[in-house]
Amino acid sequence: MSPPQTITLKVNGKNMAIKAAPEMPLLWALRQEAGLAGTKFGCGGGYCGACTVQINGEATRSCQVPVGEVDKVAVTTIEGLNDAMGARLKAAWLELDVMQCGYCQAGQLMSAHALLRANPRPSAAEIDAALDGNLCRCATYPRIRAAILKASGQEAQDA
Amino acid sequence: MLDRRAFLSVSALAGGGLMLGLSSKAQAKGEAAKGLNAYVSIAASGKVTILSKNPEIGQGIKTSLPMLIAEELDCDWSQVEVAQADLNTALYGRQVAGGSMAIPLHWTSHRQIGAAARQMLLQAAAARGRVPLAELTTAKGVVHHRASGAQWNYGALASAAAALPAPALDSVPLKDAKDFALIGTRQGGVDSARVLAGERLFGIDVDLPGQLYAVLETAPAHGALLKSVDSAAAARATGVVAVLPLAIHGAAQDSVAIVASNYWYAEQARKLLVAEWDLAPAQGHSSSVYAARAKALLDAGGGSDIRRDGDAAAKLAGAAKRITARYSYPFVAHATLEPQNCTALYQDGKLELWAPCQNPQAGVDLIARQLGIPTANQTLHITRMGGGFGRRLAGDYSLQAAAIAKALPGRPIQLIYSREEDFRRDNFRPGGWHGLTAGLDSAGNLVALTNQLITFTYDGKPAGAARMGAHQFPAGLVADLLYSQSTMPTTITTGPLRAPESNALCFVTQGFLDEVAEAAGKDLPALMLQLCAQDRVIGAAAAPGRPSSAFVTARARGVIEQVLADCGWATRGKSQGRAMGFAFYFCHLGYFAEVADVSVKGSEVTVHKVWVAADVGNQIVNPSGAENQVCGSVIEGIGHALGLEAVFENGVPVTQNFDTWPLPRIAATPEIAISWVKTDYPPTGLGEPALPPVIPAITNAIYAATGKRIRDLPVRL
Repeated sequence: MSPPQTITLKVNGKNMAIKAAPEMPLLWALRQEAGLAGTKFGCGGGYCGACTVQINGEATRSCQVPVGEVDKVAVTTIEGLNDAMGARLKAAWLELDVMQCGYCQAGQLMSAHALLRANPRPSAAEIDAALDGNLCRCATYPRIRAAILKASGQEAQDA
Repeated sequence: MLDRRAFLSVSALAGGGLMLGLSSKAQAKGEAAKGLNAYVSIAASGKVTILSKNPEIGQGIKTSLPMLIAEELDCDWSQVEVAQADLNTALYGRQVAGGSMAIPLHWTSHRQIGAAARQMLLQAAAARGRVPLAELTTAKGVVHHRASGAQWNYGALASAAAALPAPALDSVPLKDAKDFALIGTRQGGVDSARVLAGERLFGIDVDLPGQLYAVLETAPAHGALLKSVDSAAAARATGVVAVLPLAIHGAAQDSVAIVASNYWYAEQARKLLVAEWDLAPAQGHSSSVYAARAKALLDAGGGSDIRRDGDAAAKLAGAAKRITARYSYPFVAHATLEPQNCTALYQDGKLELWAPCQNPQAGVDLIARQLGIPTANQTLHITRMGGGFGRRLAGDYSLQAAAIAKALPGRPIQLIYSREEDFRRDNFRPGGWHGLTAGLDSAGNLVALTNQLITFTYDGKPAGAARMGAHQFPAGLVADLLYSQSTMPTTITTGPLRAPESNALCFVTQGFLDEVAEAAGKDLPALMLQLCAQDRVIGAAAAPGRPSSAFVTARARGVIEQVLADCGWATRGKSQGRAMGFAFYFCHLGYFAEVADVSVKGSEVTVHKVWVAADVGNQIVNPSGAENQVCGSVIEGIGHALGLEAVFENGVPVTQNFDTWPLPRIAATPEIAISWVKTDYPPTGLGEPALPPVIPAITNAIYAATGKRIRDLPVRL
């Protein structure tokens, strides 16, 4: 491990200087160095998607990205997912009462947001493909799918 | 739960207003009387705060329990703030997320609290307006006097109400169900917006000034013992503050804690520990060895009686037809998405805990016993949890966090399990094996049944959640019946997983009865309806403060008939490779009949649709949350049926992360259709009972589609 060094995180449009070993995963830098706990730890292996953030707009597993690689790179987390599309998604999520425990939901939203930017009106199958990497242990999947359809202006299915 | 000696206590809110809570006579004499469980607080501003006493794990209790109070209070739900109670069982009674018991235990008492608060506000309004109380009505936090047009906000009445004597709890009239304005309406989770904003609500989000993070190095295998550890390199690693040997569970669970300024530093340092383990005690604790031993025990037969009705052996000997089969199911891990964690601060002999615990009292009691910190010196804040599923009923990780904190007084520490640690140190749903024999008479009636369970033990008694209850269906409906069990030793820690025991036994019994039905020339729903044809009530009657757990055959028939109608069972199509399967189960006071439409292509199983007919009484408190629980249970059950299996090799679980733990993903989600069958019984819980039947519904469908009987979980084709 390299010695801790100063790294400038550019999270949700704000610059934040932290001191961390550059190998530290972005997840732990966000949660325990930058004070942003909305991004969740689920597995540490990139399998569950709970830690999904966007790096330059791409949905990325923050447990797999060394923080040294995102020095001054634009990172968006759930705390900053408040553009028009983010607001639409969060509103659909609340209206359909998607969450149960809620622990995976930040990751689900980050993936859903990246999907809608690339594909504004995804089919149910396209939603399934894009969110395959986001585990929901409570299995809120029917409502996740319905909420994404709703946020993308498509008829929400019963869920 | 309504204590028969419970009475309402009232006090004034600081700054003006009303606080209303419940006390028991026992408590009034004791220490806890110093506090008031302020279930309802109404500030002079009109702000209503309702306390939620139980832990929230995603089952929606922080929304549905306060809804019971708010309904009778007639306040504006959209303006209510819900506060999470700390642990104080002397004040609140049972504070457990488990057993699907919160709704049945609080259905009456919580509404009474809300009704009493409303009653006191009405009295205050009647006095203030000099009008008869009977002429007053309430809606959305306002008392109205229609005749004069006068009205008073609750806030304006709260201080005057606080000066009134609280009414006797059971003297307060409750609403007729047809007048419910909130109960029965779809309400979103009270914390959902805060979760989506990324606020710190979960245990792992707790962040105290100066907080440190801890990880544990524990035995790689269940049963292994720590021989020696060289922690010099770990202690020198970046960010590390302390390396602490922990001997708190007894020798079998010795571990080493590494405490650092960041979880990741601690985890890196853990890899520098040189620990030597004695693996001998774990040798042979392997899934393949267990299976061979179970086969030998089933071959030997016998075992100790769980239930013996009549003479099953004699009846089987004389039966016109005998059906014999063996079933098995594997160990299953809980794998909550939020790994086990707990934050603890120890100073001046006092311990403060921030704990994501389904049964927080268990942790506090364990800490008192093992660390000698009296419960009176412990404070526990219940946090939101990223899933529970039964894992967080155990107090082990609270104890570990407390032990670390006690070694570092004045420093808040947060223990976090790595995902691998979380899998390794799970309290697994125990695997089990069953040998069953049924006898049919010449008319095809089921006249005898035996069911021998092979299960696990540490000390001669079945291990946690490794049991079969004497009430297991169709006990009481078949005169000659024998349930028995034999045990083998294990070192693997076991415990309840959502719908404990039922999540395994339903597969065994409904799978086997599907075979019995076929042998009798009928299908399983027909056999079930025949067994339940007489109106019978089997089992325990309701006790004071405790709802009945008796099995009511009429309720079983109700859901079976409903699901058959919903799915079009009588006219169902059956093509090669695609068919419907049925199953029923009664557990956690709920009656569930489920049908799965399943197709099989090669080794691939697809569940297209699941129909659920449910009887959980006369009222669904929050239909949105209720549907969430049913859908979640059904999809989790699909995981049980098709993929989840924790294999052990010499005490080591092979799966240690989600790459090899095939929980259902979004694409595996079927269409789910739910029918609520309302019956004249008080409402019961939904966290668990929808899960078990989907498993045999799927395996029975696979048989119907392919002719291949599934007697071992998970399905392998």
